[in-house]
Amino acid sequence: MTTTLLLQVVVSGLLLGAVYALFSSGLSLIWGMMNVVNFAHGEFVMLGMYTAVVVWTAMGGGPWASVPIAAILIGTLGVLAYFLLVRHIMRGPMLAQILGTFGLALFLRYGALWVFGANFKTLPDDLVGHSFILGGIRFEGSRVLAGAVGFIVTVLLHLLLTRTSVGSRMLAVSEDATAAQLMGIRPQRMQALAWALAGAATGIAGALVATFFYTSPTVGETLAIVAFVTVALGGFGSVLGALVAGLLIGVVESLSAFLIGPVYKDVIVYAVFVLVLWFRPQGLMGTT
Amino acid sequence: MVQLSRRALTVGAASAAFAFATDVAAEEVVKIGVLYPLSGNAASAGNTSKMAVELGADIVNKGDPELAKLMPIARGGGLSGLKGAKIQLVIADNQGTPAAGQNQTLRLITQEKVAAMIGAYQSGITLTASAVAEKYGIPFVNPESVAANLTERGFKWFFRVTPVAADFAKAYSAFLKEQKAAGRKVDAVAIVHENTEYGNSVAGVIADVFAKEGLKVMQNIAYSANSTDVQPEVLQLKEKNPDVVLFISYTSDAILYTKTMKALNWKPEIMMADASGFNDQAYVKSMGREVEGLISRSAFAPGKPGSIAAICEALYKKKSGGDGLDDGSARSLEGFLVLADAINRAGSTDPAKIQAALKATNMPADQMVAGYNGVKFDAKGQNTLGSSLIIQMRNGDYVPVWPKAKATADLVLPFKGWTK
Repeated sequence: MTTTLLLQVVVSGLLLGAVYALFSSGLSLIWGMMNVVNFAHGEFVMLGMYTAVVVWTAMGGGPWASVPIAAILIGTLGVLAYFLLVRHIMRGPMLAQILGTFGLALFLRYGALWVFGANFKTLPDDLVGHSFILGGIRFEGSRVLAGAVGFIVTVLLHLLLTRTSVGSRMLAVSEDATAAQLMGIRPQRMQALAWALAGAATGIAGALVATFFYTSPTVGETLAIVAFVTVALGGFGSVLGALVAGLLIGVVESLSAFLIGPVYKDVIVYAVFVLVLWFRPQGLMGTT
Repeated sequence: MVQLSRRALTVGAASAAFAFATDVAAEEVVKIGVLYPLSGNAASAGNTSKMAVELGADIVNKGDPELAKLMPIARGGGLSGLKGAKIQLVIADNQGTPAAGQNQTLRLITQEKVAAMIGAYQSGITLTASAVAEKYGIPFVNPESVAANLTERGFKWFFRVTPVAADFAKAYSAFLKEQKAAGRKVDAVAIVHENTEYGNSVAGVIADVFAKEGLKVMQNIAYSANSTDVQPEVLQLKEKNPDVVLFISYTSDAILYTKTMKALNWKPEIMMADASGFNDQAYVKSMGREVEGLISRSAFAPGKPGSIAAICEALYKKKSGGDGLDDGSARSLEGFLVLADAINRAGSTDPAKIQAALKATNMPADQMVAGYNGVKFDAKGQNTLGSSLIIQMRNGDYVPVWPKAKATADLVLPFKGWTK
């Protein structure tokens, strides 16, 4: 086994991890802001992917067109989901919250099945650009773009939450909505904003993932599990934690699949996951 | 209302069936029970199979002048062995569940009094439905289920027309050995398979057959079909660099492998696939042009103009309003024609006589719609002459390339793959 090949595995893992981080950040944001688990997260990604497919088939547009459109569309979907569903079920018991977003997931999944059909759709590989070689290692254009955007979006979300007054207000609402209200912050407006941001980030993720993955109505199921693990490992509500966790999972998955065997990669990933949570139940970068 | 015991009902039903069987010639109709998934998640496949069986009944009942020159049964006017009795299909929906398949078979046999059964697409449903037919002594012809255990139950009334994994493996190995004789390198084979029942069992059978035939399987990669990433798998292939790679995959993973192999720019001398995902129209439409020269298998190829396959393809297109026969529907039609031929030779609707005729079935290769070497059942009811055509991807579509007798295009190797 050559060093180049091993380096290629690590690079592939890092790029995969950055993509994991990209489609986990939205989930992390909502979890951290409202203590609500969005079980429809995978379906949000799926709709972002279909946005890219439709933008390409209808007007031949690449990610430069589909990413902003998906951000707006899925961001709007997030706000709608908040006002029409989440706002109401938050008053109910925990079970209502879980089943509420789960119902939304099924609604979106089978809605997509109805509108788009069950067939797998793919975008052409050259939409982003061909793969290139750097230091003997191959980089796939579409994954590099997705990874880079994943990194940027996550860092921007982190800065927004920690360095701006809007971010402070959002965090204040998540700490204590009543106290924040007494300070003149409107909790519902902040929570709607969180859903808009999370939806937009998720839409961007979907539009970029679609450039190198297949798109189908059930693809959200496949991707959502990774997102949940990434968020839990990174620390509930820590956007930066999701980035670190995504990269970690990507590299562990790639290395174990290559060195031990593809069927064992999930065993290794989840073993690492359980071990980390054993010692740090709050996740890598979460606070207790 | 008089209460009847269950036993009395069964006896009554059986005697009614017997009475029906004896004077069928007067009725001039032979009832055949057709069981397919017409709803549920296999409904699209079930409906094409149903349409293929309906086409088969049309061929027997109405006939086709062109086809009649090649196949005696297509002369029209019903079954000649039963004084021109027409075939009447009684179609039932197995709803994609073994329980519904079982209930529907019971209804078709006891209430509709069918002389024979055909179906049921999914192996798990064929399993329960054929058990009912076995109990009542009604012949059950299965055109398309491939699970190995179906013919291992010691059944006397069960007949499977489709080839199974062992037949596919033999076709692959014969094909590869021929390439070796022609001077191509096939010394190292890698098998890449998804890790559920389908992938595991087929990969196991292929590895066994290849070992016996002297082909070296140097790499065996099992993976989960709903993986988010297959880069490590492709890098493992890149490291060992086998001459031949054989994929046993569903659609989503077939797409991922194709995209990843292109991105990492690795291709073997010969890339092969065990149909399934790689034959799915969704794959062919989206990825076909990226895998120029990919080898796969199919039970059906349209064949040369004027052949049985070509005529049936044209008739089927007329019936479906566009789509042609495929691997699944061609096998269903073939299964139906085997059953119709047996009933014709039996000259009776007596299930025991049909069973005897099925056992004596010996159809030659030149009577086939599907690409089999013929139909002849062994003691377990498995067709021993089932085989597959080898097809190759050319300009975004599959064409038959092997065996030579059924090829419409020359085989082109090595695997070319993506062109830009």
